[in-house]
Amino acid sequence: MSAGSRTTDDLPPAVWRPGAEGDVLRARAAMLADIRDYFSAVGVLEVETPLACRAAGTDPAIDPLIARYTGPLYPQGVDLYLQTSPEFAMKRLLANGSGPIYQICKAFRDGEAGRLHNPEFSILEWYRPGYTVAGMMTEVAAVVRCALYRRGLEIETQSYAGLFAARFGIDVFAVDAESLRQVAVQHHLSGAEGLKLDRDGWLDLLMSHLIQPALGPGRLCFVTDYPASQAALARRNPDRLTAARFEVFLDGVELANGFDELTDAGEQAARFEAENRERRARGKRPVTVDRQLLAAMQTGLPSCCGVAVGLDRLLMLRQGLDDLDAAMSFSLRRC
Amino acid sequence: MATYSTSEFRGGLKLLLDGDPCTIIENEFVKPGKGQAFNRVRIRNLKTGRVLEKTFRSGETVEAADVIDRDLQYLYSDGEFWHFMDNESFEQYQADETAMGEAAKWIKDQDSCLVTLWNGAPIVVEAPNFVTLEITETDPGLKGDTSGGGGKPATLETGAVVRVPLFIQTGEKIKVDTRTGAYVSRVKDD
Repeated sequence: MSAGSRTTDDLPPAVWRPGAEGDVLRARAAMLADIRDYFSAVGVLEVETPLACRAAGTDPAIDPLIARYTGPLYPQGVDLYLQTSPEFAMKRLLANGSGPIYQICKAFRDGEAGRLHNPEFSILEWYRPGYTVAGMMTEVAAVVRCALYRRGLEIETQSYAGLFAARFGIDVFAVDAESLRQVAVQHHLSGAEGLKLDRDGWLDLLMSHLIQPALGPGRLCFVTDYPASQAALARRNPDRLTAARFEVFLDGVELANGFDELTDAGEQAARFEAENRERRARGKRPVTVDRQLLAAMQTGLPSCCGVAVGLDRLLMLRQGLDDLDAAMSFSLRRC
Repeated sequence: MATYSTSEFRGGLKLLLDGDPCTIIENEFVKPGKGQAFNRVRIRNLKTGRVLEKTFRSGETVEAADVIDRDLQYLYSDGEFWHFMDNESFEQYQADETAMGEAAKWIKDQDSCLVTLWNGAPIVVEAPNFVTLEITETDPGLKGDTSGGGGKPATLETGAVVRVPLFIQTGEKIKVDTRTGAYVSRVKDD
């Protein structure tokens, strides 16, 4: 029996006032205008793509919210996934020859709410055909500086493996799950003894609890070359051990995730399948695979880099706030 | 067996961890954009009072502790146990020295205390924040000294010793803050 079958009567009293004060709302408007000015000046096209689609990402660690449509076209009704990022539709535009594009929209993720999470959040996502990871990171820094209104913000770059070597003296490519568990226990990560995690789960634990809080103190920290097992939608690097994926941190907060995008339709299909297998193994519903994306990739997705930035977190840091609720008009607890 | 999933974690929730009842002080949801989600919680062990941090994998379930807080009236002590009564159900409870902790120094019969019950037995007894107690012994102070500076020790009817201003005399009643053990004021009988 679950002790917590909550009814609406148990919910906290309704809070009608917004979390964001007037100055924060004005800063958000200014930040969005600054971002649009930047992309307009460098010739990147603003686009809009659907947020409710018949397919979505299959990442086992990210769960989409599902909406239901019934009416013309689908008289029997159809489940529509609220997109966890606008990635797939934007890649279809790229495959159709759009050239560089960006989008500012909402993204949705089930099961995520907290100081730095809200199930509905604002995302800035953009794609640059022909860019390398290095070139893309330079542009990310430019966009973040512009959005934070901090032109002098300094930058550092660390590799994922380098961070683990420096902090724990381990080789992330050589260690197994048990050794990672021992590292967590040795570093007094309370509760680690009882956790049941796979290798990537232990890496996520060490990264999020012991490394990330100190990343990017007062400066932008790029973490590059994630393990191939955490490639997500990035190309594998020629070393086969790492992926062309980077993340961006400031003051210990994860701000952005970027890829040199996987363009191989066959490998993309295999990753979808493997991730849905993993979802089933974890007792989760598999997600409908995006056949239109696969068809677009078969036609030819240009070699490109893409980045997604969490705009609410960016605004939070710009305003010196420490909870997303204060950066959003109405977070879930006020909806 | 009642359980909670990590999605139900919030301040004040009572869990059973390593056999001890605990209460959540703070719950933080930690999740890399693409990766495993965790709940990092600060917890107070209700038996030892110790505060610890613990990380759970999001989606885990944890056993609930049958812990409730009740206002109970203190009746008497038999030397080994302190006896309390629920004024609504008239049910009686006995608390041992560990559960009493500091509260034993401050309470006298009829006082109402917040008692934490685990599986129906008291594990923590909190004295009221302010109590009024009579002074049974203190050195005679200088007459006319109302400065309060310095002070002197005074023994209260419960046996507790507090520092009081010099003008306070044996037989007087004073108000004490039980959280700090500090003298607050003199209390005149109505």
